[in-house]
Amino acid sequence: MKFKSLAIFLIISSFFLTCILSIWKIMATLQGLSFTNLNVTPIFLIGILLSLAFVLIGNKINHLIKIFSISFIFSFLYFYLNEASPYWYILGVFLITLFFTNKLKKYSTQSLKEDFISEKIIFDFITLFGIVFFAFVILFPFYIMLVTSFKTQIALLVNPLDFSLDFTKSLAELFKSYFVIFETYNFGRYILISSAVSIGTVIVTLLFAIPAAYAVARLNFFGKNFLSTSILIIYMFPAIVLVIPLYTVFSQLGLRNSIFGLLIVYTATTLPVAIYMLQGYFKSIPKEIEDAGIMDGQNWFGIILKIIIPLSLPAIASVALYVFMIAWNEFLFSLMFLDSPKSFTLSRAIQYLSGDAETPRQYLMAGSVIVTLPVLFIFIYFEKYLVSGLTAGSVKE
Amino acid sequence: MSDSLSKLEKRTAYTLVLPAVLLVFAIVLFPIFANVWISFKDIELKDIRIPEPRAKKIVKSISENQSELKIIYKLRNSSLIQEIRNVKFQDKVPTNVSPINLDPRCNFQSKKIVCNFGNWQAKYRENFEITVVNNKGEIIDKKIIKSQKPILSGKADNPLLTTNFTLENFKKVFYENNFVELLLTTFYFTFFGTVGAIIFGILAAQLVNQNIRGRTYMRGILLFPYVGPVVALAYTWTLLLDPNSGTLNALLINFNIIEQPINLLGQKYITMSILGFEFKLRLALTTVIFFEIWRYFPLAFLFILARLQAIPQSLYEAAEVDGASPIQKFIHITLPQITAIISILFMIRFIWNFNKFEDIFLLTGGASGTRTLPINVYQQGFAVSDIGMGSAVSIVIVMLLLSFMVIYFRLIGKRANEV
Repeated sequence: MKFKSLAIFLIISSFFLTCILSIWKIMATLQGLSFTNLNVTPIFLIGILLSLAFVLIGNKINHLIKIFSISFIFSFLYFYLNEASPYWYILGVFLITLFFTNKLKKYSTQSLKEDFISEKIIFDFITLFGIVFFAFVILFPFYIMLVTSFKTQIALLVNPLDFSLDFTKSLAELFKSYFVIFETYNFGRYILISSAVSIGTVIVTLLFAIPAAYAVARLNFFGKNFLSTSILIIYMFPAIVLVIPLYTVFSQLGLRNSIFGLLIVYTATTLPVAIYMLQGYFKSIPKEIEDAGIMDGQNWFGIILKIIIPLSLPAIASVALYVFMIAWNEFLFSLMFLDSPKSFTLSRAIQYLSGDAETPRQYLMAGSVIVTLPVLFIFIYFEKYLVSGLTAGSVKE
Repeated sequence: MSDSLSKLEKRTAYTLVLPAVLLVFAIVLFPIFANVWISFKDIELKDIRIPEPRAKKIVKSISENQSELKIIYKLRNSSLIQEIRNVKFQDKVPTNVSPINLDPRCNFQSKKIVCNFGNWQAKYRENFEITVVNNKGEIIDKKIIKSQKPILSGKADNPLLTTNFTLENFKKVFYENNFVELLLTTFYFTFFGTVGAIIFGILAAQLVNQNIRGRTYMRGILLFPYVGPVVALAYTWTLLLDPNSGTLNALLINFNIIEQPINLLGQKYITMSILGFEFKLRLALTTVIFFEIWRYFPLAFLFILARLQAIPQSLYEAAEVDGASPIQKFIHITLPQITAIISILFMIRFIWNFNKFEDIFLLTGGASGTRTLPINVYQQGFAVSDIGMGSAVSIVIVMLLLSFMVIYFRLIGKRANEV
């Protein structure tokens, strides 16, 4: 056994263990446990001992028995070293150690002699660490958003770290913020407006984009190359430079504060992406199928309606979902064009709420949950379509 | 035959493409050119409406004799800066009612009072009075008189279409707007946001590309920040980073890592000392950049992952046989395979970060050293209400963007087609 690889193995693995246990401790602190010390050094040292014991024991006893007994001893030590902590917390520590020791399975005094073992160890643990890190960093804000919406302003001011939910309260009490934003702040209306604008945008965009994409993909006409290049360039152009002229013209035409005005703008800004994504897919449909349609005496309209659309439903679905998400999440134009609470979209309504410093944060977060949930559900449910759409169309935000 | 077919094809193509092209022209291309026009005009937010003549009608009884009424019209020009020419006025009265001592500018015929007020200067106001009587001495119903609304018309120039131009806006943009700092902040934000997103994207893609359980879930989770609505995410972060009762500061203080809360979004500079060198870090800007990276690394991740999964596994197996270490494999196999996609991503993200408005606006509003060019467009155009100046900043953005695109197509455009 190389001493160097052993040292690297011990340090890296123990570092990883310390990181997960610290995250666990932070999460526990947010449940109201009053830990004031992360105890990084002792945990790190015990971690080294643990890994060492693991490698030294090797295959002498059954793997399962080994990891259970090691984890048990570790949790016991942990329990003694820390301030009084509840059993569920120690159970968590036990499970984490179990998971960790199970990951150590492939390391033994034998394997530590392999070529490049130190690099492999580093890569292995960076992968593990990276996954925990990314998952934590990404999910943490969403978690805070969700739990804040169930708390009260006073509770949060008293102890900003206590995010534990009191399930002894009645449901009406727990979901109070949601009731308030629906009753006092009219969020029902905003949900309707947001849905209407987003679904409307999807329909109108598809109506304009499908024929145009078909022409770009299949037909020969003067200016075709110019058109496909300008599609790419146009969608690089930012909304912020369109805002002032559109604002002035829309003011004069009376299109501000109107859902129709918003719909036109959303459609126009998503059209280039939609055309780009669709024409790529249309090109992949074999031309022979269309020729058969032409033989049958179909005109172009018939070909699009009866052949192209049924064959490209997956692509159309991914464009539709994608456009829906853009329209639902859009903020800049709704900020500029909507002044009257009568015509707010959800995003604009939340921004308007936050403008008043008196608004308790749980209302703000309840609103945020309401605007986020539909998008996340759609995304999770249709992930496959969306991801292929995102990579195919190379994406507009 | 084939000639007429191709003609038909062309005609069909134009019919299919035209609606989309026209809409995009009207909403996307037209405003870009309109910006040029507006940027040379001295125009403010309050001037953008076309001036119109307005009248408010008030009906009063003058005596106990209810067959006689006084109607007062409060006339005014809605614009404070522009005149209205040739103002015409028209109002109706019920049968048997007629005006007495009518103003010389007006005449009365067949139940209609028609007046010709000529030109109204900017800010013009007048209380215009008419006394009406019932010819038969009956009582006039006030409500009927009141319900009849006067019709006014007049000609006024559209303030957007007048042809007086000025270079003042551009002078202000370059000389009175802290232009150099504005530009530097924008580039700092754009560059580090882009590079950070790509680095984290590579890391995440490398992780997910390995054979681990639940990697499809992981891919889904990694995309959350990208698909979530910016408003919700920005406010969650604001809450998280709040100096008074934000979770992050509370945690750090709780575990004795810091003593005083740090106002991550509201403090322009923080002095740090590393190895004895003291230097000032743009704190709020750095925080905003981290938010930006958090939100957009998923996009880089997705593209790089797609590329990684297309690399033939045999390359790695061959390297394994040759005894290559993991680092060597990454440098000699993975990296060359993803440089093309990275250069494309760099440019796309660079341009989009350069245009980023919502994220900074929602997090800091452009305060504490986070004022970038897009934020400046909003500030000038809507906070200061100087539309012309806002447009001038927009033009600067468009010009810079065009030059980026030229560079992009010169350097990477060719390679982009190969991918």
